[in-house]
Amino acid sequence: MGAPRTLFEKIWTEHVVVAETADTPAVLYVDLHLIHEVTTPQAFTLLRDKGLLVRRPDLTLATMDHSTPTTPVSTLKDLLVAGEGAAAQIRQMEANCAEFGVELHGFDSAHRGIVHVIGPELGATQPGKTIVCGDSHTSTHGAFGAFAFGIGTTEVGHVLATQCLLQRKPKTLGIDVSGSFAPGVGAKDLILAIIGQIGVDGGTGHVIEYHGEAISAMGMDERMTVCNMSIEAGARAGMMAPDEKTFEYLQGRLHSPTGGEWDSAVSRWRSLTSDAGASFDRSVSISANSLEPMVTFGTNPGMVVGVNEPVPDGGGDASFRKALEYMQVESGKPLTDTAVDVVFIGSCTNSRLSDLQQAADVMQGRKVADGVRMLVVPGSQQIKKAAEEIGLNKVFRDAGAEWRESGCSMCLGMNGDTVGKGQLSVSTSNRNFVGRQGIGARTVLASPMTAAASAIEGRVADPRPYLQQVN
Amino acid sequence: MQAITRIQSRTIVLPTRDIDTDQILPARFLTTTSREGLGAYLFNDLRFDANGQARPDFVLNQAAADGCAVLVGGNNFGCGSSREHAPWALLDYGIRAVISTEIADIFRNNSLKNGLIPIIVDASTHEFLLTNPGVEVEIDVVNSTLTLPGGTVVEFPIDGFARYCLVEGIDQLGYLQQQMDDIQTFEEQRPWTP
Ligand code: SF4
Repeated sequence: MGAPRTLFEKIWTEHVVVAETADTPAVLYVDLHLIHEVTTPQAFTLLRDKGLLVRRPDLTLATMDHSTPTTPVSTLKDLLVAGEGAAAQIRQMEANCAEFGVELHGFDSAHRGIVHVIGPELGATQPGKTIVCGDSHTSTHGAFGAFAFGIGTTEVGHVLATQCLLQRKPKTLGIDVSGSFAPGVGAKDLILAIIGQIGVDGGTGHVIEYHGEAISAMGMDERMTVCNMSIEAGARAGMMAPDEKTFEYLQGRLHSPTGGEWDSAVSRWRSLTSDAGASFDRSVSISANSLEPMVTFGTNPGMVVGVNEPVPDGGGDASFRKALEYMQVESGKPLTDTAVDVVFIGSCTNSRLSDLQQAADVMQGRKVADGVRMLVVPGSQQIKKAAEEIGLNKVFRDAGAEWRESGCSMCLGMNGDTVGKGQLSVSTSNRNFVGRQGIGARTVLASPMTAAASAIEGRVADPRPYLQQVN
Repeated sequence: MQAITRIQSRTIVLPTRDIDTDQILPARFLTTTSREGLGAYLFNDLRFDANGQARPDFVLNQAAADGCAVLVGGNNFGCGSSREHAPWALLDYGIRAVISTEIADIFRNNSLKNGLIPIIVDASTHEFLLTNPGVEVEIDVVNSTLTLPGGTVVEFPIDGFARYCLVEGIDQLGYLQQQMDDIQTFEEQRPWTP
């Protein structure tokens, strides 16, 4: 037996084509390449210019999500709601995928959706795989015990042409999450608290492995929420060991192995845990027991407090002060008095069925406050369909919210869905950067339950009182 | 790619911490299928007001910024998105090196692949640069050094392979393609297939 190894090390070692040396990075094999319309056009142009082909179209999966309208599209006019640039980008994606033989989940696909939602949903995301995408939230797929990370467009070109990447081995950061969540508190609150604790650069250069009883107790949707936001702590990737829940989720999905292959895959996947005694370059621990619903008050995801806690004062730091000025919030006061203009439920962080269900539980029989716009955008067409089958669309619509087709939507506001200048949005997405949701938009990141409660009250609100009434 | 060995320039200073890729290039400018021309939108919402008028107080709009190729940012520069459009925009504008105490992983990777030099310096060098905007610095890529006014030389970390590619003007894709035999063997011999 060799030295005990971490989950990350096992996957890394298995994918090294050419070992790293002092002078050269490793050549790392990529098992799944996810692509979308925004970060690929220049990569396809490069292939065309160099006369290259997509080396493994069978390991490449494409969707349209970022600049895609969330209103139904059947004509060119429908497509143009997102603007001419967005429409051209979408048309280019269709042409590129057709030309290079890549499977695209476009407007005619029942499986279209946010790239990080459909990978798992199709069963293409599997334990032990290396997964990349020209998108930083590729870390989401780590919830299945994959090593998944975001790359830039030049690297997208490298993977399309060679199925490999040049990589230096990152360091590892182990995060142990003990205890269990109180009602009304969950995965989103945990990851916001973690980023608050280690900082938005706390994971730079590292791959995070989350473990501990609170992680094991989570369902796959929640695990994805946690891994998704690893990048907001600067981490290269986030990952979790696969277990029975992972296998159960994957069984029977479109791209999942079947028959004897399924059995051998599962037995291989069972070995994908960090060995007892394996060491991480750094370790952090946090307890889920005392967590509260968390909200961000500033302009990065590390500026976060419990929903009833006072906003800290930042000790005179200029960047901190600037963030508070932009957000129009005051130190020493909780966010719960802050008026809300928009509530967005969606994004690859919180747009899966259980997220929508949690928000709907809070909304059930209630109304969106006067003057508040609430937009609910399922992560994929499949989730939309599943939600409609159990009547969630009706709950939201009856409350006065808009119910849309899938896509990134207000998460980054490049498809025409934006938050107005100066408006405050409570959003289940992952970035509260200045202008992320629209020019001058002020974003408060929160869980689906907190967002729903805030929609009802028209101000940032604690969701817990609503849950007691539900039960 | 063009070889880059040396950059000499005055600095532009943007002292804010955690300057994210959404600030460097807002998402609404990503609806492009080319990599050219993005410099016009660099730091767009900091640079221009709602009517598209230049904000006089923003550093890029000041005469002293003209011709500067080195940007000094606050800690943790380039965090956020993987959009390579951010380094493309900086390069298109004329920025050729970015200096901070910490530079986000994906942004750093993307920069190196495009010939934008990410330079990580210690806190006191950073402090000097932040408090002395517009000083003339020299970056020697071959020796990975940054020379400050007065001749102080600071070494900066840079991956040896990335540096080699920058200095020789080598395209990393070409290097990867040379490994094709090994890639093929790997695919044939691996115990399971994805
Ligand atoms: S939902 Fe937001 S974070 Fe996720 S892939 Fe889309 S734009 Fe990126």
